[in-house]
Amino acid sequence: MSEQANPVERYLRSERIPHIWCPGCGIGTTVNCFTRAIDESGIPMERLAVVSGIGCTGRVAGYMHVDSFHTTHGRAIPFATGLKLAAPDMKVVVYSGDGDLFAIGGNHFIHAARRNLDMTVICVNNLTYGMTGGQLTPTTPEEAIASTAPYGNFEQPFNLPYLAESCGAVYVARWTTYHVTHLKKAMREALLKKGFSFVEVISPCPTLYGRRNRIGDGLDEVKTYKQRSAIKNGAPTSEVALGMAGPIVVGKFVDRERPTYQDAMDHFYSRKLGNRYARASQ
Amino acid sequence: MHADPAGVLTGAHFLDGDHAACEGALAAECRFVAGYPITPSTEVVERIAQRFPQVGGVFIQMEDELASSIAIAGAVWGGKRAMTVTSGPGFSLMMEHLGFAVMTETPCVFIDVQRGGPSTGLPTLPGQADMMQARWGSHGDYEIIALSPNSPQECFDLTFKAFNLAEQYRVPVLVMMDECVGHMMERVVIPKAEDLEVYPRKWTKAPLGEYLPFAPDEDLVPPMARAGQGYRFHMTGLTHNERGYPDMSVAAQAKLVARLTDKIKKNADALVDVEQDGVDGADVVVVSYGITSRVALPAIGACRAQGSRVGWLRLRTVWPFPERLIRDLASRVKAFVVPELNLGQMVREVERSAAGGARVAGVPHAGGTVHDPAVIERAIREALR
Repeated sequence: MSEQANPVERYLRSERIPHIWCPGCGIGTTVNCFTRAIDESGIPMERLAVVSGIGCTGRVAGYMHVDSFHTTHGRAIPFATGLKLAAPDMKVVVYSGDGDLFAIGGNHFIHAARRNLDMTVICVNNLTYGMTGGQLTPTTPEEAIASTAPYGNFEQPFNLPYLAESCGAVYVARWTTYHVTHLKKAMREALLKKGFSFVEVISPCPTLYGRRNRIGDGLDEVKTYKQRSAIKNGAPTSEVALGMAGPIVVGKFVDRERPTYQDAMDHFYSRKLGNRYARASQ
Repeated sequence: MHADPAGVLTGAHFLDGDHAACEGALAAECRFVAGYPITPSTEVVERIAQRFPQVGGVFIQMEDELASSIAIAGAVWGGKRAMTVTSGPGFSLMMEHLGFAVMTETPCVFIDVQRGGPSTGLPTLPGQADMMQARWGSHGDYEIIALSPNSPQECFDLTFKAFNLAEQYRVPVLVMMDECVGHMMERVVIPKAEDLEVYPRKWTKAPLGEYLPFAPDEDLVPPMARAGQGYRFHMTGLTHNERGYPDMSVAAQAKLVARLTDKIKKNADALVDVEQDGVDGADVVVVSYGITSRVALPAIGACRAQGSRVGWLRLRTVWPFPERLIRDLASRVKAFVVPELNLGQMVREVERSAAGGARVAGVPHAGGTVHDPAVIERAIREALR
C-alpha cells in the first residue's frame, strides 16, 4: 500500500506546526473541518483568501496555505471587503473569534451582512477572549465566570444566528466542534453560497473558559456539547440563544437568496448610467 | 509608465482643492476609495462617487473610518491603488491602520483635510494641528511620508505624487491639506495622460513557491504580490520574518523596524521637496506650509519693501522633515520664523534641526481662520533685530 498524505496537509503551512493553540482547544478541529470543506468545495487554493483578526482564532490565517491576511483587531471584515471588491474572483473567508468579530468588530459584521458582501464569515465562538486571558465577550453566557467578570456575567449575550439573519446574511448555521461532519458540510455550503454566509462554531477553551466554569478539560467540554445540543434545522433564530445550561440548538437556520453587493452595484449602475458605466476590472 | 487616459481629466479647470485632490487620485490610477463623510473632506469622496463608476473604480462608503482605513489595505492586496480621505476626528480613528499599512508595507494614500481641534473642534474651519499626529500618531517606531499642498493645483499635483511615492517606498503616504486649501477654488491644469508618469507597482517576478513576500531588494523595498496569483503568501501586522510569518524574537524586531525606517530615512534627502524664494542671502527665513505659506507672503513682501532680506521657504514634503536643509541654513541666517495654524508643531522640528545655529520664533495660531499677515510681519521684524 502506498503512503497516503493526510488530505488536510496540503492546505496547511506544515512548517509552522506545532501551532500555538492549547491542548483541548477546539480551533484546530474547526480548521480540520475547514480544510476538508475547501477540498470538497472544489475551490482552487489560489482562488481562496483567508482573513483573520486578532486573537486565538485570529491565528488561523497564518496556518492556512493560501493567500492569508492577519489584520488588526476587529477589522478582518472591512479588510476582506476591500479585498473582495478589488479581486472579485477570489473567494474570501473571514475566520475569527467571537470577541474579535462581535465586540470590537461588531459594527463591521452588521454592515457587511446588510450589504450582502460575497464572503464567508466563520466565527469560532469559545465564549471568551482566549489570547488575553479569559475575559468577558459579547457571547459569554449569563452567570459564566470570566477574568473581568469574577462574580459571573450579568450582561445579556448576543444570539449570533439571530443577529446575522436580522442583518441580512443569506446563509446562517451553527454547529459545535463535536459535530465535525455537520460542521464540514456547513462550511462547504457556506463557501459555495453566493453572498454573506455565516457559520458559528461553538468551541471549547478549556484553559480559560472550561476551567473557570468547572466544565472540565477540552474533552469534557465537547461531551457537554454532545449532551446539550439539539439539531433543529430551520429553527427560528430568535429561539437559539445560548445559556450556561439548557439546549445548544444547532443546525442550518437560514439559506436564502438576495443580490450581493457587487451584483446590486452592477445592475444599478448599468440601469442608471447605461454604457457610461465602466465595470471595475480585476 | 504613462497614466491611464480614462481617469485623466486633461485641461484647465476651476476646482476647489478637495475636487482637485480627487482628480489627482484618478490620474494616479487610484481605482478603490473607501471613505466616511467628514467635513471638510467630504467633497473628495463625493466627486469620487460620481466619477468612479465611469472609469472602472470602486467607491464604498464604509461604516466608519476604522473600516475605511483598512478596506483600502484589502483593496491594495487585491491589486488596486487605493486611498481614503478624512479630517481630524477620522484621522485619529485611522491611526491603527496607518501603522498596519506601515508594518505590512501596503502602498496607499491617506488624505487629511485638517480642521481645528482637538476633538470635534471646528468642523468647518481650518487648522494645521495634525502635523505631529501625522508623524507620530500611530504606536511604535516608524517613518512616514507626508506632503502639504498650498493650492488646488497642488492638491492635484501632490495627491498624484503621493501615489507614486507610496508605490516606490511601499508606505502609506499622507496628503496633509487644510480646510482653506480644500475649499478654495482656483485654476487647476491637468496634464495629458502621456505627460503623467505613474510609478508602477513593484510586482514580484519570483517563480511560484520561491517568493519571500518581505525580502527586500537593495532599495530595502520588497517586491509585492497580490491575492490570486498563486503565491499563497502570508502577511501580518505582527513582527514577521521575510516569509511574512510571525517572529517574536528581539532580532526579528530589530531587523524589521530598522528596515522599515531606513527605507525612508536613507532617502530623506531625495524626498525633500521645498519651494524657496529669496532664501540665499536672507537674514530671516520664514518656514511655512499649506495655506499659511500663502498668508506669509504679504508679510514677507512688506518687510522686503523696507529693504529687509527675508526668505520664504515652503515645505511641500513635511515628513521626512528637511533637516539637513534647515541645519545648513541655520549657519547663514539670523533667525527662522515659523507661522502655523497650531500652537507650535513643525516649529519644534525647525528648532531641532537648527540646533542653536539660529534663533527660531514660532507664530502660533489656534486655528479657525488664517493668521493676520500683520502678526507674521511683526514676528519677522522682531527676528530681524
